[in-house]
Amino acid sequence: MKSKAVFTKELLWDALSQTFVKLKPSVQVKNPVMFAVWIGSILTTVFWVVSLFGATDTGTGSGFILAVAVWLWVTVLFANFSEALAEGRGKAQASELRKTRGEVQSLRLKLPSWDSHSETVGSSALRKGDLILVEAGTLIPADGEIVLGAASVDESAVTGESAPVIREAGGDRSSVTGGTKVLSDRLIVRVSADPGQGFLDRMIALVEGSERKKTPNEVALTILLIALTLIFLVVTATLLPFSQYAVAQSGTGKVVSLTSLVALFVCLAPTTISALLSTVGIAGMNRLSAVNVLATSGRAVEAAGDVDVLLLDKTGTITLGNRMAHEFLGAPQVEISELAKAAYLASWADETPEGRSIVTLAKRQFHIPSPSFDGKDHKAIPFSAQTRMSGLDWNGSTYRKGALSAIEAWVSSLGGRFPDQVRDLTESAARSGATPLVVARDAQVLGIVVLKDIVKQGIRERFAALRQVGIKTIMITGDNAMTAATIAAEAGVDDFLADAKPEDKLALIRKYQAEGHMVAMTGDGTNDAPALAQADVAVAMNSGTQAAKEAGNMVDLDSNPTKLTEVVLVGKQMLITRGSLTTFSIANDIAKYFAILPAMFLVTYPGLAALNIMHLSSPSSAILSAVIFNALIIPTLIPLALKGVAYKAQSAIYLLRKNLLIYGLGGLALPFVGIKLIDILLTGKV
Amino acid sequence: MNDILYYLVFFAVLTAAAWPLGGWVAHVFEAGSEGVLKPFRPIEHYLVRFTGARSGDEMDWKQWVGAVMILSVVKIVVVFLLLAFQDKIPFQKLINPQHFPGVPWELALNTAVSFVTNTNWQNYGGEATLSYFSQMGVLTVQNFLSAAVGIAVMAALFRGIARRETHALGNFWVDLVRINIYILLPLSIVGALVLVSQGVIQSFAPYQSFLTLSGAKEVLPFGPVASQEWIKNLGTNGGGFFNANAAHPFENPTAFTNFLQTFSILLLPTSFVFAFGRVVGDQRQSWAIYGVMVVLFTCFVVPTYLAETSPPVHAVAGIDWSAGNLEGKETRFGIAPSVLFSTATTATSCGATDATLDSFTPVGGMMPLLLMQVGEVVFGGVGSGMYSMIAMILLTVFVGGLMVGRTPEYLGKKIESFDMKMTVLTVTITPFLILCGTAIATLWHGVPSNMNNPVPHGFTEILYAFSSMANNNGSAFAGLNGNTAFWNIAGAITMFIGRYGVIVPILALAGNLAGKKLNAPSLGTLPTYNVTFAILLIFFVFLVAALNFIPSLALGPIAEFFL
Repeated sequence: MKSKAVFTKELLWDALSQTFVKLKPSVQVKNPVMFAVWIGSILTTVFWVVSLFGATDTGTGSGFILAVAVWLWVTVLFANFSEALAEGRGKAQASELRKTRGEVQSLRLKLPSWDSHSETVGSSALRKGDLILVEAGTLIPADGEIVLGAASVDESAVTGESAPVIREAGGDRSSVTGGTKVLSDRLIVRVSADPGQGFLDRMIALVEGSERKKTPNEVALTILLIALTLIFLVVTATLLPFSQYAVAQSGTGKVVSLTSLVALFVCLAPTTISALLSTVGIAGMNRLSAVNVLATSGRAVEAAGDVDVLLLDKTGTITLGNRMAHEFLGAPQVEISELAKAAYLASWADETPEGRSIVTLAKRQFHIPSPSFDGKDHKAIPFSAQTRMSGLDWNGSTYRKGALSAIEAWVSSLGGRFPDQVRDLTESAARSGATPLVVARDAQVLGIVVLKDIVKQGIRERFAALRQVGIKTIMITGDNAMTAATIAAEAGVDDFLADAKPEDKLALIRKYQAEGHMVAMTGDGTNDAPALAQADVAVAMNSGTQAAKEAGNMVDLDSNPTKLTEVVLVGKQMLITRGSLTTFSIANDIAKYFAILPAMFLVTYPGLAALNIMHLSSPSSAILSAVIFNALIIPTLIPLALKGVAYKAQSAIYLLRKNLLIYGLGGLALPFVGIKLIDILLTGKV
Repeated sequence: MNDILYYLVFFAVLTAAAWPLGGWVAHVFEAGSEGVLKPFRPIEHYLVRFTGARSGDEMDWKQWVGAVMILSVVKIVVVFLLLAFQDKIPFQKLINPQHFPGVPWELALNTAVSFVTNTNWQNYGGEATLSYFSQMGVLTVQNFLSAAVGIAVMAALFRGIARRETHALGNFWVDLVRINIYILLPLSIVGALVLVSQGVIQSFAPYQSFLTLSGAKEVLPFGPVASQEWIKNLGTNGGGFFNANAAHPFENPTAFTNFLQTFSILLLPTSFVFAFGRVVGDQRQSWAIYGVMVVLFTCFVVPTYLAETSPPVHAVAGIDWSAGNLEGKETRFGIAPSVLFSTATTATSCGATDATLDSFTPVGGMMPLLLMQVGEVVFGGVGSGMYSMIAMILLTVFVGGLMVGRTPEYLGKKIESFDMKMTVLTVTITPFLILCGTAIATLWHGVPSNMNNPVPHGFTEILYAFSSMANNNGSAFAGLNGNTAFWNIAGAITMFIGRYGVIVPILALAGNLAGKKLNAPSLGTLPTYNVTFAILLIFFVFLVAALNFIPSLALGPIAEFFL
């Protein structure tokens, strides 16, 4: 599943109809601030109806009351719309995923063996614990663990990646996902979830937003917003007696109208952020699923923003999968080309990536032609645990490559001598973190091939950017300390854990957490599960085992461990968007005071006209302009809420300065301009 | 020019004194009677045993709330009874030479709540109402205790921030004793003696009758003034011996004592800022907070000063304004020191006065009002100023922290929903009280007609009164007859909620923060010690006050200004 266009026509129409459905009080009550606006809308509507029957609200015309009422309703609708739009995008993504979950036929087995009795059932009849047989060319009907067999599986329906992957019983690649297709061979799978309860089903429901719960920070922010709303309620409500007092004591002017009080309240209440708060949250999860990471909860996305330690597996994340031949170092009086040729031949039959890389390097450096084997004059010697060597017998010579101790034993068994210089070469290579392989032809040691880990391109810059944000990267590897140190230095990670066993990972996470860090990691194996469960943010690879996926709080459908860094950035971006919109929303209020207060009290204290610094045309146009601005700012900011505030990896203080300038100062200044413009549009007077 | 120098010298002296004192305060909070204080340990232990506590026992936040509330309610009852029956206490000749009758119950209740809550709102004229014992044995004792309660609550909050994964916030009774015998008493003894040397009286003699030059018979009130005067300022209490408060020559005789009193008002609140840094182990935090407070203070002093030295010419025709607005000010102090005193006394929750704010220009009078309305966070009351400021910081950190892409944290503690609940409670309770109180007063039968000034000045007086009471300041705008049933009872309720409505959530906050684990800082953490954060904090302090009070100020001093 790849991300789709931001808005489609269909999406907009859906959102539009949801906008009105959400006017139900049962929906409104979930967002207390908007609920207050909703009540304000009803109140002003009632004032308007009453005014039609002659009972005016302290002399305000019914036209004005109607205009205020309409714009208050529009404010509520805009809030509904923004939430509906975000949910709609989630639903669109979810339905893409759900396409893979149709009803398929499957073969249910009695026993986990190939010749067990089988019956055909629909996938919806499958229950947890059932055994099923999946043949080549058929869809896997449900999530499960492979009990028997190995097969290549096309997971493109879930990951969008067309290259098939190998899934086999035992080990870390034993889990299969419902909706994926077996391409070759066959599997016996034990179903791990009831229909609709599968891992992806739950994930899809989350993306859809139907099971969305407020995240802890959202709850805390909501408390702040409710408190602000309550205090603004008091601020506006007390203006009525204040105004009555002023009128009674001074004997001039008119008491403020209830309509203008409601208008003032709605303008002051933090409607902008309240209208967009859930949108920001849903959009955060959507942004993750757009990069094919599904989060089990918004809480996990939020935690991702807090992460300051990343545990990264070396292989696949920091380095390309395997070690590669880096250079040839010859023994004394041996031509390098001769060594390269021998290494080439010794690796000719070696199908491991390491072997292939030696062939490639020899070809590239010395243009060695492919040897012509005619008849049966050659014999490939595969790697064996006893000899710990591999090689080729050809043309009466034996070519071997292997670890120092293995070749030493081999050479001495043939009566040769192991040169000390080569021993030194292997030692210095090992010291620098490389893996030396010694190459011998018959009893003569020709030199060594140096194998090295290749650090992924651009990874160093990525880690440097993370360091800017205050995130520490730690490489986990099973290599010895020396090798690990070299790669760590090359990749620019902050620290490494060498000779790592799965339990070391868990211990390391606990240690960092005890020091007050938030730790993120990726993992796929069953033995990663405890560490995944312990980590604050745990991204399980979709290719990994069921246990790993259950232990993690996110799943990466692409099984790309490098993505952890993106997850962290999405989390941060979501929090920044939330904070910036809050600041903006609160800062807006100052301008609204300058628009509404002089308009309200002008008749009592004409001197307050001095506060009308925007020179708004009339009291009613001033109040209306503020209300309209307050409503229009919501749809204006919807794209920002959906996309998130622009974010580059920068230090906290830089981010604070930047966002404070844009959303704090901007939030102070913008409404002055906006309200003035609306006033000009309404009245045609400058 | 001389005025600027006066301000500069003042702040230099203040900083130089508060810095070491802050270290001492931190030592008292953290180490208690260890080290240099060892010789005083027997006294401390004796006094602590008297409260029924033991030095080693620590309390969680609920126990703190219990202890603070029990002590406060008991004190209110005791003070109320002692005032109501001041004429029934033995040794009348010595302690009540003027034979004042018992204080009427409404006034006694108001006064009891006022002094126990560190407000010191005075609906009475001291020299015409209270016996010497009531002044010295009842109210001055409360000046010590109410100050110590505020400081102890602040100490609990400091510990809540500094400690981790614990429920223990120290022991309230032990803190109460230590704060008194190691901080308040020694400073007060020295201070009172200095005041006496300058001519502040300390006397039990009856009031003296004399004939004025014009031949009228007058009475000159006497009393034990010096012992009350110093703690009144030091503990930011503000309740003067005389009705005229620090404008009275027996309370504040010279320009030097005026300087000294302004200094003593700001001394402890400033030193607590420095103590905070020591307790949490990061002095940069202190300097940032101090910087914010000084900037905020300057923001208030400058307009007040300008408004008083060069008031709008149109104000009153036929009066020579070339010397500035001297109405309601003591010429022996001058405008600049009077402005500084008035700003200091409202910035802190002191409320003592050496000039009549009622006679300040509209802007000059609005600044002290605003200073209270920002929530007494500019230095603030002893203890209360710093804990209110920390609540304000938490609010700022919450929004600012989000803007850097992390869930908010302060000094390694995550700010979560419970913390936010308590924070917004402390920040909103006083605006709520002020606005609702003012609204009720304007509606109350008989209140508006009892005002001496017309709107909008009269409105400002009501607003000022509630701002002062809700923030436990105690300064009065004057021009308002406070000794009525309405003001006495509404005032008592406002002062009580204004004090404990903040203390209880602060203690809950302290308890909750103490239980959290400490997060390690990183480059991605919002630093709370640099200029950017300081600006953000100032922005939020102003924003919160502006949002709450712009409408009511518009109907009071602002309307008056544009009248």
